[in-house]
Amino acid sequence: MWQFFHKLGSPKWFYGIANRFMPWFLWGGLILLGAGLVWGLAFAPKDYLQGNSYRIIFIHVPAAFLAQSVYLMMASAALVTLVWRMKLADVFVKAIAPVGLILTFLSLFTGAVWGKPTWGTWWVWDARLTSMLILLFLYGGVIALDKAINDEKSAARAVAVLVLVGVVNIPIIKYSVDWWNTLHQPATFKLTEKPSMPMEMWVPLLLSVLGLYLLFGWLACIRMKTEILTRERRTRWVRELVLAGRK
Amino acid sequence: MNADARPGLRPIDSAVGSARAMASVFARDVRVAFRQRQDLLNPLLFFVMVVTLFPLGVSPEVAFLKQSGAGILWVAALLSVLLSLDHLFRHDFDDGTLEQLVLQPQPLFLLVLAKTVAHWVLTGLPLVLLAPVLGLMVHLDGNSIAILCLTLLIGTPVLSLIGAIGAALTLGLRSAGVLLSLLIIPLYIPVLIFGTGTVAAAAEGAPVAGYVALMGAFLVLALTLAPFAAAAALRISLSNS
Amino acid sequence: MSEPLLQAVNLECERAERLLFQNLSFSVMPGTVTRVEGPNGSGKTTLLRVLAGLNDAWSGELLWCGEPRAGQREAFLRNMLYLGHRPGIKPLLTPLENLRALMAGRRPLSDGALLQALAGTGLAGYEHVPCRNLSAGQQRRVALARLLLADEPLWLLDEVFTAIDAQGVEAIESLLLQRAAEGGAVLVTTHHDLQLPGMHRIVLGGESGHEC
Repeated sequence: MWQFFHKLGSPKWFYGIANRFMPWFLWGGLILLGAGLVWGLAFAPKDYLQGNSYRIIFIHVPAAFLAQSVYLMMASAALVTLVWRMKLADVFVKAIAPVGLILTFLSLFTGAVWGKPTWGTWWVWDARLTSMLILLFLYGGVIALDKAINDEKSAARAVAVLVLVGVVNIPIIKYSVDWWNTLHQPATFKLTEKPSMPMEMWVPLLLSVLGLYLLFGWLACIRMKTEILTRERRTRWVRELVLAGRK
Repeated sequence: MNADARPGLRPIDSAVGSARAMASVFARDVRVAFRQRQDLLNPLLFFVMVVTLFPLGVSPEVAFLKQSGAGILWVAALLSVLLSLDHLFRHDFDDGTLEQLVLQPQPLFLLVLAKTVAHWVLTGLPLVLLAPVLGLMVHLDGNSIAILCLTLLIGTPVLSLIGAIGAALTLGLRSAGVLLSLLIIPLYIPVLIFGTGTVAAAAEGAPVAGYVALMGAFLVLALTLAPFAAAAALRISLSNS
Repeated sequence: MSEPLLQAVNLECERAERLLFQNLSFSVMPGTVTRVEGPNGSGKTTLLRVLAGLNDAWSGELLWCGEPRAGQREAFLRNMLYLGHRPGIKPLLTPLENLRALMAGRRPLSDGALLQALAGTGLAGYEHVPCRNLSAGQQRRVALARLLLADEPLWLLDEVFTAIDAQGVEAIESLLLQRAAEGGAVLVTTHHDLQLPGMHRIVLGGESGHEC
C-alpha cells in the first residue's frame, strides 16, 4: 500500500500509467458526452416553461459542476504538496488550474447564452452566476501567482497555500452570495430545474457530466505529461524518450 | 538525551515568552509608523478621495447617496486597507527585520498576528474613526452610521488578517501590488457583502444582531486561521529570496 | 566529549534550476570556526540560510545535537544566531531602539547592557541618532553589537566583515575565536581573507562540496 504512494511520487511512473489510461479516458469520455449531448440537445422533451432554450444546461451544468470539482481536486493536491511534498501533486495543480479556469468560463458563457432567451439579458447578477464569477477570479489568482514566481518549488508551495485559503473561503463565499442575492432579488431564478426533472432530462445530464469528467481526466493526463517532460527534461529517461521519438 | 543539560546550550525557557515577544513586535511597528506620520495619513486621504469620486462620478443626489452610502464607504475602506497592505511585510523584508523575526524562537504565527494587529490599529482603526464624518457627507442617518461603524470595526480586522496572507504570498515579487489585489479581492467579498448587507437590513428596521454575530464569527475564523497561512506563506517567500 | 552541534548529511539544494551543491556532508563541532568558501554564486549564502532554517528548498538531513532539526525548532532557534546580508536594522529607529527590538524576542536585557554593547562596537554617542543618519558601516555595527550580547552557541554569519574597517575586523575576529573557545561554533562566509588558527573550511563550487 505504501509502495503505491511512494510510486505515486514518481513522475516517471505516472508518465507510463497515464499513457495506458488515456485512451480509455478519451474514448469513454467522448462516447458518454456525445450520447448525453445528442440525447439532451436533440431528443429530450421540451421544457414546458422555457421551450428549447433550456437545453444549454446539458453543457452548462457539467461545466459548472466540473469547475467546482476541479477546485476541490486542486485543494486535495495542494494539501499533499504542503504535507508530503510530492512532486506529482505540484504537477497536478499546475496542469489543471487552467482547465478549471476554462470550465468556469464555459459555464459563465453558457449561463449567459441561456440567460438571453430566458430573461432577455446577457447577464444577470444572480447567486449562481455571481459565485461562478468569483470562482473565475480564484482560478485567475492561482494562475497569476504561479506565473509570478520563478522558482518551481516555491511557486508550487505558494500556490498550494493560496488554493487552500481559497477552498476554505468557497463555502463562505457561496453562503454570502446566496444571502446577498436574497437581499436584492425578490424572486429567485434557478438555473437548474430541481430534481423534478423527468428521467428523459436528467439521464442525458448525468451522461454529460460523467463524459466530461472522463474527458477532463484525459486532458489532465496530457497536460501533466507535458509538465513532467518540462520539469524532468534533464533526466535520462526523458532524454531517451525524446530521442526514441515516442510519445 | 537531554540536550539542554549540555554545556553552552541555552534552555528554551530562557528565551523571552510569546506574549512579551508579541508586545515588542507590536510596539516596534507602531513606533516606526509614528516616526513617519505621513504614511499613516495616506490611507485616510485615499479613503476620503474614493468616497468623493462617487458623488462626482455618479450622482450627488441625496436619495442616491442615502441608498448607496454604506456600500460606497465599505468599498472605499476595503480599497484603502488593500492599498496599505503592501508595507505590512515589505519594509521588514527589505531591511532584514523579517528574517530575524522568522528566526525568533516564539511561534511565528503569533508574531505575524502581532504585526497584523499593529497594521490594523494603524490603518483600519483610523478608517473606522473617520467613517462617521464621511457618513454624514453621504447623508446617512445616525442609526445607519452607527451600524456601519460597527461592521467596519469588526470587518476591517478581517480585511487586515486575510490581506496579510496575500501580502506574505506576494512578497518580493514584481508587480506585487496588483497581484496582491487580484488574490485578495475575491476573499474580501463575503466580508463586504455582510458588512453592507447588515447596514441595509438595519435601515429597513430588521434586527441585525444575527448578522453582527456572523461577522464576529468571520473575525474569529480569521484570527485563528489567517496567521498560520500567512506564516507559512512568509516562510515560502523567504525561501525564495 | 565532542558531539557535533550541527550535522549535514547529503545536503542538496537547487536554486533557479541550478544545482548549487549535492552530497554535501559535514559536521560543525563545538569549539570550531569554519569558513564556507567558494566563488561567487556557488551557494555560500544559500547554504547558510539552509542551515539557519530560512530556506526550505533542500533535501538531505540536518541534525541538531544528533537529532533531526525539524523536531527541535524552538531549541534550535534559541541556540542559533544568524546575521545575514541585510542587517535587520530599521532606519527610522535609533541604534538603542533597534537593538532593544532585536533582543526583545530573544533574551530580556537591560538598557544598560545594550548601551554597553553599542559602546563596544564604537557607537558611543550615537545611541540616540536615527539609523538613517548613520553611515552604512555604522549601521552594520548596530547589528554587530548583537555579537557582544549573544549567548547562543552557534553563530551563522554571512559576510560579517562587510563595510567594517581594519580595526573592526580584528575585533570581530577575536570575538569569533572567543565564541569558539567558550564551546560554541561559528560558520562564516566572507570575501575578506580570513585566516584564523585552527579554522575549518567547507568549499563549494565543485561537483559537490567537501570539507577540509
